[in-house]
Amino acid sequence: MTVTKAPTEPPAQQRTIRRPGDRIFAGAARGSGIFILLVLAGVAAFLISEAIPAFTASSEEIPGGEGLGDYVWPLIAGTLLGAVIALLVATPLAVGIALYVTYYAPRRIATALGYVIDLLAAIPSVVYGFWGLAVLAKQLVPFHEWLDDTLGFIPFFAGPASTTGRTMLTVGLVLAVMILPIISAIAREVFGQAPALHREAALALGATRWEMIRMAVLPYGKSGVIAGAMLGLGRALGETMAVAIILSGGAGATLNVISNSSPSTIASNIALRFPEATGLGVNTLIASGLVLFVITLAVNMLARWVVNRRADFSGAN
Amino acid sequence: MAKRIEVSDLNIYYGNFLAVEGVNVSIEPRSITALIGPSGCGKSTFLRSINRMHEVLPGARVEGKVVMDGQDLYGSDVDPVDVRRQIGMVFQRPNPFPTMSIYDNVIAGNRLNNKRMKRAETDELVERSLRGANLWNEVKDRLDRPGSGLSGGQQQRLCIARAIAVEPDVLLMDEPCSALDPISTLAIEDLMTELKERFTIVIVTHNMQQAARVSEQTGFFNLNGVGQPGRLIEFNPTEKIFSNPDEKATEDYISGRFG
Repeated sequence: MTVTKAPTEPPAQQRTIRRPGDRIFAGAARGSGIFILLVLAGVAAFLISEAIPAFTASSEEIPGGEGLGDYVWPLIAGTLLGAVIALLVATPLAVGIALYVTYYAPRRIATALGYVIDLLAAIPSVVYGFWGLAVLAKQLVPFHEWLDDTLGFIPFFAGPASTTGRTMLTVGLVLAVMILPIISAIAREVFGQAPALHREAALALGATRWEMIRMAVLPYGKSGVIAGAMLGLGRALGETMAVAIILSGGAGATLNVISNSSPSTIASNIALRFPEATGLGVNTLIASGLVLFVITLAVNMLARWVVNRRADFSGAN
Repeated sequence: MAKRIEVSDLNIYYGNFLAVEGVNVSIEPRSITALIGPSGCGKSTFLRSINRMHEVLPGARVEGKVVMDGQDLYGSDVDPVDVRRQIGMVFQRPNPFPTMSIYDNVIAGNRLNNKRMKRAETDELVERSLRGANLWNEVKDRLDRPGSGLSGGQQQRLCIARAIAVEPDVLLMDEPCSALDPISTLAIEDLMTELKERFTIVIVTHNMQQAARVSEQTGFFNLNGVGQPGRLIEFNPTEKIFSNPDEKATEDYISGRFG
């Protein structure tokens, strides 16, 4: 028998023990992270490579004959306008719903209401489109006229008021209903998690329920609401069917949201034109898609920045 | 300022469950009253019933009377929000608002009272309250930083500063030192001894040495068994409770034979 010497390892080097479970989990998590980056990079690469011909082509070759900028600009305006209307309407409403469900409603009503709102998210957007066209647009015609009469001095409501209601305003309101469940679900979640510790601190100081919400719930939930609003905005920016059904589209960039001549949005324009597009037309549509991609990315980064600006005061530490 | 609290025949319910039964006690102004007893005996519930904080839980209600200097705190025309503005509270875990600076934490209660205050006035109030809580020297250079960046003991003193900034009549403390180390505990106890010159203080504590050190009067709560209501077994001067209590149960508890 020969005595085998134990493998000599430098004693100073302390090796962390690596358990298989840890390694598998870390690998799976890292893999998921890398995978999503790859998908994103793939989409970006596709958009860029397909869009390049549209960027390099002369302006006469672009559909419309006025160049890529003139083609995409009204669509950008339309996209942003519709999404901003939706966000302005949906966010306060969603915050109100979430607060009602978490702090005001009796438990049974709160649960039922939660289900109903979640159900809104399950309705296909084509249904929203038809609802907007067949019901909401007609109902909103008097509202359009009222805006034109009373607030006509604001460029947004310059008119002439549409007689069909198929306007950017209607689109924005339909989009608001569509993103409402997303924002309110997230707001409900974060408001519900506002620590009892801080809520009691407010109440013990003699806060009314609303003051308690203002002191201990809203500041705590602010970043969550912003995150929810960004998810909603993402859906509103990218929504295709509902917009395509409601808007007749086709006009130049305008801030006017109550006239018939509203421009379409990027996503719905792609959906409408893609089946018949050929050659450089396809490249142009993809270039507009690239613009949408960049806008969404920029909006998300902006939101992150807003949330992180006061990270010390977020309550996460 | 400091006010006397008279409690008579107080029963406290959570829904149909009788949590505390038949409390009769008179709490002296400008003194510290300690409440001791085993977990679940209702001493925190009783404490929270003094400023109607227990009503935060749905279904909570009381029978009997809590009278502060002649004012029935459970009168039909009394708003619990007003009661809480007169009776401040400090909790077991320090709970400064994490989204507010140290400065804003101190004046959070005053902002609620909707008083319009000049900047110089609030500055003065913040300094006075923080000095009152023995915290001024430690935080005067970082009043604009979040309160959550302080140590646990500092956070608790910040909460005390916030509670005394509104000049309450009574200060309730629910195990204010149980999450703190011995040095911070000592700082809070010293502070309580100073504060009792101006406020009526009621403290719930599991630390019997603490009750013996700081309080003038001590109440011992106990319950006969699980599901039974808690009762105030004995209420006497602290010296008597810890040397020669009237009740056998009190003696058993403080000598460590049960609980």
